[in-house]
Amino acid sequence: MGDGQACTAADVASAIRAVAEVVTEHKVELSHLDREIGDGDHGENLAKGFTAVVAKLDDAVPDTPSAVLKLVASTLISKVGGASGPLFGTAFLRAASAVADRPELDPQAVATALSAALGGVTDRGKAEVGEATMVDALYPAVAAATAAAGSGTVAEVLQAAATAAAGGAASTIPLQARKGRASYLGERSIGHVDPGATSVTYLLQSLADSAASR
Amino acid sequence: MKKIINDPTTVVDEALAGMASAHADLLRVSLDPMYITRADAPIAGKVALVSGGGSGHEPLHGGFVGAGMLDAACPGAVFTSPTPDQVLAAAQEVDGGAGVLLIVKNYTGDVLNFETAVELADGIEMATVVVDDDVAVKDSTWTAGRRGVGGTVPLEKIAGAAAARGDDLASVLSIAQRVVANVRSMGMALTPCTVPHSGEPSFTLADDEMEMGVGIHGEPGRERMKLAPADDIVATLLDSVVGDLPFSSGDKTLLFVNGMGGTPLIELYLAYNSARKYLADKGIEVTRSLVGNYITSLEMQGCSITLLKLDDELTELWDAPVHTAALRWGV
Repeated sequence: MGDGQACTAADVASAIRAVAEVVTEHKVELSHLDREIGDGDHGENLAKGFTAVVAKLDDAVPDTPSAVLKLVASTLISKVGGASGPLFGTAFLRAASAVADRPELDPQAVATALSAALGGVTDRGKAEVGEATMVDALYPAVAAATAAAGSGTVAEVLQAAATAAAGGAASTIPLQARKGRASYLGERSIGHVDPGATSVTYLLQSLADSAASR
Repeated sequence: MKKIINDPTTVVDEALAGMASAHADLLRVSLDPMYITRADAPIAGKVALVSGGGSGHEPLHGGFVGAGMLDAACPGAVFTSPTPDQVLAAAQEVDGGAGVLLIVKNYTGDVLNFETAVELADGIEMATVVVDDDVAVKDSTWTAGRRGVGGTVPLEKIAGAAAARGDDLASVLSIAQRVVANVRSMGMALTPCTVPHSGEPSFTLADDEMEMGVGIHGEPGRERMKLAPADDIVATLLDSVVGDLPFSSGDKTLLFVNGMGGTPLIELYLAYNSARKYLADKGIEVTRSLVGNYITSLEMQGCSITLLKLDDELTELWDAPVHTAALRWGV
């Protein structure tokens, strides 16, 4: 991002590498959160997926931001499994389509990509805000990113998204899960932060940190 | 964690390699992407059955691949659904030109990955049946819906027999849906299980406690209770199962008492005996039976009880020949 505003394919690739590092660093914590209300594999599976993404980026970084996002999508879909694979994969796939053919992503394009990602997650998973899922982090993140895109830099847009996502993730603690495996616990799911909302927050925060350090 | 393993990250690969060589007459195994097919697939003109799900439930699904049952199974990591590329590759390999029926247990991950596979499939006629027989999940509007558990085993057997006798895809799907409509299950655990790559038990239970209404992924159930005698455990499970369909006096049924992996057969037969007494009291006839570890949660101790209401056609399909690693009769 030479001018501090727009991201090239190489910038997106380094941001994805940062995500892989952060997800790997927190994989035990994410799996622990999942064990409380699910089956305890969220961190391991997501880390496995992003590690595979990094291996592909090591081979070759695609030419456009959209192509990088698409590579992330197809790799997560084939490597992660669980609900997270199709959900995160569809999110990246829709983000890729939303910014197809753009050589660089400006703040507005980043907000557009995030909004498309949210659309992918809700289309695939059918979850709404308040059901204790990753949507509870992603929805406020998109609203904050869209609001920040008018005047902010890419780093500011992503930081606004990450901050809102963290608040959204915390909001899942008192909620009863209504989607996914945690829903089988009924009221026993109350009092736990949703692992998917937590990983969305880590993902956005590492994207923001990567953009800020460029 | 004490397990007979070499490396927690290669458990599924090594087990599949073992399965391939143990049953080379029945199975072929692909490791990347990971799937198991009948050794003689594809069968021209026959509807192919493809199922799959997380590993750790053995013999489900790979142990049910063979003549009269599944054409392919796609194992994911332990307790993690397989990915769309596995399902697609398996379906392409076993499609004999008459279409493919996907058999999916109703877990969010399984449903999403199989749905994605159907979206990506090109040129193969596909239909999907989702099994959701677990009565422990009460209110489907507030959850991801009932889980697919023990009922999957009779469904795969019966739908497999329908495909083997030459039914077309729509008819096999219809038979499978009839099983879904008439089968109910509920499970319980005495101990949790430990996923190899996690290394920690999936939940904790005191020595005098049991968990009622567990699924098959080591997830906690609906209610924790004090340990009770077998008759009471079975009555608690069957009260929910029988009341749900409901099963009534005069019904002919298949009674399937399934072990979760760590419970010895002597206890499963004891539980089966309790179940027979319970059902006899209600006038429900048991005309077919299955007892053993068929859909497991690693080394979990516990059992599930599945009841399927039979008609003449479902009975005939259950009785039809089957030759797989885990179920074999009539051949």
